[in-house]
Amino acid sequence: MSALQPSELDRPALARGRPAAGADPKTASAAMRRAEFGDRLRSLALAAPLLLLLALSFGIPIVLLLSRAVYDPTIADALPRTSQALADWNGQGLPADAAFIALAADLSENQAKGTAYELAKALNARLPGARSQVLKTVRQLEGAAGKPPLEIVKAVPFWSAPGTWPTIANGTHALTSFYLLSALDLRWNADGGIERVPPEQAIFLQVFLRTFFVAAAVTLATLLLGFPLAYLIASVPKGLAAILIVAVLLPFWTSILVRTAAWTVLLQKFGLVNDMLLWLGFASERLDLMYSRIGLIIAMTHIQLPFTLLPIYSVMRTIAPSQMKAAYSLGARPFTAFRRVYLPQVFPGVMAGCLLTFILCLGYYITPALIGGASDQLISNFIANYVNVELNWEMAAALSFILLVFTLALFGIFARILGLDRLKMV
Amino acid sequence: MKIAKTRMLAFAAATALFSIGHAALADELSIMASGGAWQDAQRKAWFEPFSKETGAKILEQEYLGDLGKVKAMVDTGNVPIDLVTVETATVLQGCDAGILERLDYSKIGPRDKFIEGSALDCGVGLDAYGDILAYDPTVLKEAPTSVLDLFDTEKFPGKRAMRKFPAQNLEWALMADGVAPADVYKVLATPEGVDRAFKKLDTIKNDIVWWDAGAQPAQLLASKEVVMTTAWNGRIQNAIDTDKKPFKIVWNNQILEYDMIAIPKGAKNPELAYKYLAYISKPDNNAKLASYITYGPVRTDAASFVAADALPKLPNAPDHLAGAYLVADTEFWGDYGEDLVKRFNAWLAQ
Repeated sequence: MSALQPSELDRPALARGRPAAGADPKTASAAMRRAEFGDRLRSLALAAPLLLLLALSFGIPIVLLLSRAVYDPTIADALPRTSQALADWNGQGLPADAAFIALAADLSENQAKGTAYELAKALNARLPGARSQVLKTVRQLEGAAGKPPLEIVKAVPFWSAPGTWPTIANGTHALTSFYLLSALDLRWNADGGIERVPPEQAIFLQVFLRTFFVAAAVTLATLLLGFPLAYLIASVPKGLAAILIVAVLLPFWTSILVRTAAWTVLLQKFGLVNDMLLWLGFASERLDLMYSRIGLIIAMTHIQLPFTLLPIYSVMRTIAPSQMKAAYSLGARPFTAFRRVYLPQVFPGVMAGCLLTFILCLGYYITPALIGGASDQLISNFIANYVNVELNWEMAAALSFILLVFTLALFGIFARILGLDRLKMV
Repeated sequence: MKIAKTRMLAFAAATALFSIGHAALADELSIMASGGAWQDAQRKAWFEPFSKETGAKILEQEYLGDLGKVKAMVDTGNVPIDLVTVETATVLQGCDAGILERLDYSKIGPRDKFIEGSALDCGVGLDAYGDILAYDPTVLKEAPTSVLDLFDTEKFPGKRAMRKFPAQNLEWALMADGVAPADVYKVLATPEGVDRAFKKLDTIKNDIVWWDAGAQPAQLLASKEVVMTTAWNGRIQNAIDTDKKPFKIVWNNQILEYDMIAIPKGAKNPELAYKYLAYISKPDNNAKLASYITYGPVRTDAASFVAADALPKLPNAPDHLAGAYLVADTEFWGDYGEDLVKRFNAWLAQ
C-alpha cells in the first residue's frame, strides 16, 4: 500500500460505507486502509478460538506452574501470628517470647486444621531436619493439657537453634527467591548476601552445563551426518530422493521410546554393537556403551537427525545446480564455489535445523533416563524427579524457569545474529 | 534421585497410556500395587481370600511407585483408587503433601501390636523386608560374614553392586566406619556424620556397580559382573528357589524395612478399604504373605502363624536377627531424604 500522508491521520474520518470508487486518491487510500484493518480484524477473529485455546490450555498453566518457583505462601499462610510477631525482629539471636507464643498458637491451629504436615514439609525443604521437629512440637502441644505453650516450644531445642528463626522469618514472605537461588546452587548467607552452596551440595549448575554440552554435541553430530545426506538427497533424481526421504523419516514415525529401547538392545555389553566391534577387531574388549555419555549422544543423534536434516534439505532443494556451474565457469575452484555461492544460501537452513535440534535436546528426558548413566542425567530428569518423587513442585518450577530463561536467551542470541526472518524452517 | 524410578517412569510416560478403569462401585475395592512377584503374592495371600470372604470385587491397578500420579488424582478430585501400596518414605511424603488419608487405627487393629515403625499416621505396614548382601559361593572362595564386608576390598576384591540411592548405603558406610547401629541415625543427622559416610563410600567408589531395579542384583550376580551385591532379600531368595541359583544371603548387619499400604484422600470407598486393612492386619492373615514371598509379617503376634517352611527365609526370623541389624528410620529419611538424595547425586557425578 502506498505511503500514508502524515496529514491524513489528522483528517476527520470520511463517511463510512461510502464506495471508494471515483473518490480522490487520498480518500481511496484511507478506505483501503480501513478495509485492510477490517480484514485483519476478521482474520484475528477467525484465529481467536485457537489463540484462546492456546492461552487457556498452554499459556496460563505454564505461567501458574512457573509462578510456584517464586510464590510459595505455605509458610506465610500457616504462621500468620508468627509472621506478625516477627515483623519487627532484627534477625539477630532469638526473637522475643511473644514470637514463641505466636508460633505455639499457629502450630496448634495447623494441627486442628490438618495442615501441620504441609507446614512441616515446606519448612523442611528450606531447613532439612525441620519436619520431625515441627510434628513433634505439634504433638506435644496437643498432648500437654494445661502446660503453658511457651514452655513446650522452648523445651524443643530445635526452636532455639541458630538457623531456625531466620528460616521461618524468610519463609513468611510468600514471594521467595529461595527456589530460584537453589536452582543455581546459590543461597542467602547469614549476613543477607548471596553465596554459593558448599561444593558437595552444588549440583544444578553442573547439570545445566551437562545438558547444554550434550545438546551441543548432538547438534554437531546431526549436522555432520545430516548435511552431506541432505546434499545427496537434494542432488539425486526425484524418485530416488523420495525413497531417501522416506528412509530418513521412517524412524521419525516410530515412538521415541521404541527407538530408545532399540538402542538399549544394540548398545548393551553383550549387544550387537559390541559384538561387531569385537568381530571387526576395532575393540579388544567389550565397551561400556550403555549407561554412558557416548551411548546417550549416539541415541539422541539418531532421534534428532531428521530435525536437523529436513530444514537443510528444504533450503538446498531451492538452489539451482546452475549456480554452482556458473561459479565454476567464472573460474572458482569447487571449494571456493561451495563456500561463497552455496554455503551462504543454505546457511539459514543449517541454522534453523541446528536451533531446532539444540532446543529439543535441552528437554530430553526418556533417553537419558534409559540409556544415560548416573552422571548423564539431564535437567529434565531432575525436574521429573522433583515433580513425581519428591513432590517438590516449587523446586521443579524453579529449574524449569531457569531452563526456559537459558533457552530463550540462546534463541534471542541466534535471532539477533541471523535475523528471525532468515531462519528457514521446513 | 531414584534413577530406577525415573527409568520406569520414562517407560510409563511413553507406553502406559492406560486409563485407571472406572470408578469403584460400592462393593468394589480398587488397589494400586507395584506389580511383579510381590503383587502376585498379595493376590494369593490376601486379594482372593478377602474377595471370597466379603464378596467384594478387587480391582487391581499397577503403578510405578511414584506419588506424582496420585497427587494429580487427589488435586483434580478424581480418585479412582481406594488403596495404594507405598514405601515408608513415600507414606511420609504423601502425609505431608495431604495426599494420603490419616488412618483411624480403631478401624484397623491395635497400633501397639505392630512392630515399631510399621504403623504410621498415613500408612500401615504390609510386610517386612531386608536389605541384605548376596554372593555366589562358586565365585567367592571366602564367605563374607557381614553386609559391611562390602567395604573390605582387600579381603574381597572385585566389583560390588549397590543400590543407586543414599538410603542404606550411608547407614552401612557409617557402621563400617565403626559407628554402632544404635547411633547411626544420630551421627547421620549431623553434617560431620554425612561427610564421614561419604568419605567411607569414597574408599570403594571405583569398585561399585550401581543397580536401580530390584531384579538387577540377581542378574548382576548371575552374569558374574559383580562378586557381591546388596539386594532385597525376596529377590535373591526367588533366584535361589525358582531359578536354582547357588546364591547365598548374608543377614548380619541387614537393614529392615517395611512395605506400606495407604488410603488416598478422596477415595470413593474408604469403608471397604478399612475393612481390607483390618483383614490383612489380623495376625493369622498378616502371616500368610510369607508363604508366597519371603517377606515377614509386621504384627508382633503373627510369628506363630507363619508357615514352618517359610519362617527360616524371612528377614525377621529369629536367626536373622541374632546378629547385628538396623531398623530403617523412616522419620530420619522424611527429614533428610530430599537433601541427602541431592548430595548423593552430586557425589555420584563427581
